[in-house]
Amino acid sequence: MAHIQLKNISKTFGNHTALTGLDLDIADGEFFVLLGETGAGKTTTLRLIAGLEKPSEGQVFIDGVDVADWGAAERDVALVLQQYSLYPRYTVRENLEFPLKPKIRRLPDAEIKDRVDRAARTLRIEHLLDRKTDRLSGGEMQRVSIGRAIVRKPRVFLMDEPLSALDAKLREALRTELKNLQIQLGATFLFVTHDQIEAMSMGDKVGVLNHGRIVQTGTPHEIYNNPRDTYVASFVGSPPMNLIDGKLVNGRAVMAPLNFELPFSGGAKAGGATDGRPLVFGIRPEDVYLESGAPVEARVHDVENHGVEKILTLRVGDATLRATVPARTDVAIEQAVRFAWNPDKVVLFDKGSGVSLRHAS
Amino acid sequence: MAAVQTSGERALNKVAIVAVLLVTIIFLAPIYWIVATSFKPRNLATTIPPTVMFEPTISPFVKLFTKRSQLRSPPSAEEYAAAPWWERVVFDGGEKIVRDGKGQVQWSGYPSRFLNSLIIAITSTVLAVGMGTFTAYGFSRFKVKGEADLLFFILSTRMLPAVVVAIPMFLMYRAVGLNDTHLGLIILYTAFNLSFSVWLMKGFMDEIPKEYEEAALVDGYTRMEAFFKIVLPEAATGIAATAVFCFITAWNEYAFALIMTNRRAQTAPPFIPSQVGSGLPDWTVIASGTFLFLLPVAIFTFLLRNHLLRGMSFGAIRK
Repeated sequence: MAHIQLKNISKTFGNHTALTGLDLDIADGEFFVLLGETGAGKTTTLRLIAGLEKPSEGQVFIDGVDVADWGAAERDVALVLQQYSLYPRYTVRENLEFPLKPKIRRLPDAEIKDRVDRAARTLRIEHLLDRKTDRLSGGEMQRVSIGRAIVRKPRVFLMDEPLSALDAKLREALRTELKNLQIQLGATFLFVTHDQIEAMSMGDKVGVLNHGRIVQTGTPHEIYNNPRDTYVASFVGSPPMNLIDGKLVNGRAVMAPLNFELPFSGGAKAGGATDGRPLVFGIRPEDVYLESGAPVEARVHDVENHGVEKILTLRVGDATLRATVPARTDVAIEQAVRFAWNPDKVVLFDKGSGVSLRHAS
Repeated sequence: MAAVQTSGERALNKVAIVAVLLVTIIFLAPIYWIVATSFKPRNLATTIPPTVMFEPTISPFVKLFTKRSQLRSPPSAEEYAAAPWWERVVFDGGEKIVRDGKGQVQWSGYPSRFLNSLIIAITSTVLAVGMGTFTAYGFSRFKVKGEADLLFFILSTRMLPAVVVAIPMFLMYRAVGLNDTHLGLIILYTAFNLSFSVWLMKGFMDEIPKEYEEAALVDGYTRMEAFFKIVLPEAATGIAATAVFCFITAWNEYAFALIMTNRRAQTAPPFIPSQVGSGLPDWTVIASGTFLFLLPVAIFTFLLRNHLLRGMSFGAIRK
């Protein structure tokens, strides 16, 4: 198991910059999720740690040792990819044995058999061992891929969107399995995904990557409740945080284009929020509630029924706002409703930089 | 797949089958004619109208492999009786097999030419496909400075027609003593096939996900081990298709072989028609020589047919 550190990493491909000044610290035994959109540089980060790419600048440390001169083979990491990490000509058993047979760390046959059987039992793929990998379902394939990683007892597990190619039900099941596996192995995991639900549900820590920079690192709770900027606020959460332009006037939030006002009591937390400064008010949909006596009137634009809850799109003037309400709330489209927010939950962002006022100091 | 066919579709199917049959017959007719002629007695080879029904004889093949001379008078009864069956068929044609002082049958030039063809075509195919595979892998996986220009240069070596380079090549080969040698033709055919092999293999290499090797690299294998253990088996289809094309090109090559070789390293293609020259052409012998010459390509292609079916689409329908 290992402690991974990236220091001031930059990576350019030709004239395309993939990563700039990236710092990352993954503690031993941590489940770290790197979250970002396609092209944000997640896979590049992973490949740098695996030794499949060399950084243009900066250093990679594994357990405090600079591994710049180490090839992929020497770093002793395991890689699980979205697809193509199994060899179609091999059976499942041969695929699982493959990582145990390189010349530099060939294990004795008995040990190989033992490890393969153990991994197969852990992942419940014992019945598939003699099958060719092209006769497996997507979920089975991904289990075998994970098996290929765990037979080796590597120092770090690197996972590049391992669940993205699977259907929703399976993804959910494997998510739990993977998390349990990590706890059971006590291993360091770096898990790359664009799916914020995966990040939230699995990560001990989440790093949000945008355009080759780490925007925010923290526990899922911190990321969700205290986003560093409007990018994180709008990227994490489904539906995302409502972001409304406005300013503070006498302790009340006045929304500029929406032309409505709400009480705002968070003045103490608001830091440098002075009256009249252009701001963006961020509020999670679950902190917006409907109430007959509430201060603002809106029309129901759309209703999405999710079973446990309903997600309403409210229309005020020509702008919209999402609200999550209990499923039993009886609303119809175009119905007039009144809403308010929980002022303690409002996050203030600077209009210009998009950075949260809580993080700015 | 098993959709219900309308009567219109069924009629169209029948038309298609008839058309395919017609095309097949047109394409196979010359080959049939070669095979048929190689089993005909000499006097039936060029009859008008053509002879379709005849009693097959092995004599063209016997003649193909032996040196013969015209009989001035028919052989004596004891001579005829003492001769083995394959010699009698030659006697029947008014010729006799030439023997040396010890009575050993003299071989014709055909077997050695055939062997030359095999040696040269197989060696140059192995070299061209081998080097092409490595080169293509390099181009496919690594950042090569000026990759597009280099690839174009490799392709451009194929743009000059053989006739244009034949004379300069002949002069150069004579200067360095490569003419009429196996090595000379092997180098020539390898160089000729290499550009084709690189381009074809590049396409196949690009199709193999690089994740396969990267997984192996991360698992502790070297680049070489990953190449031989993972990439090469995956590229088998492409290698088979490329090998068939290179082999056919080298096997059938006529112009260079005619100019560069005359005896020692002569291949079958220039040799077969050279038999026409002396006396009246014996078309049955030429046909039997051609028939045997067609076999290796047919066998090679047949052996690799499973790979070819997938490989011929140039990766278009690989799963």
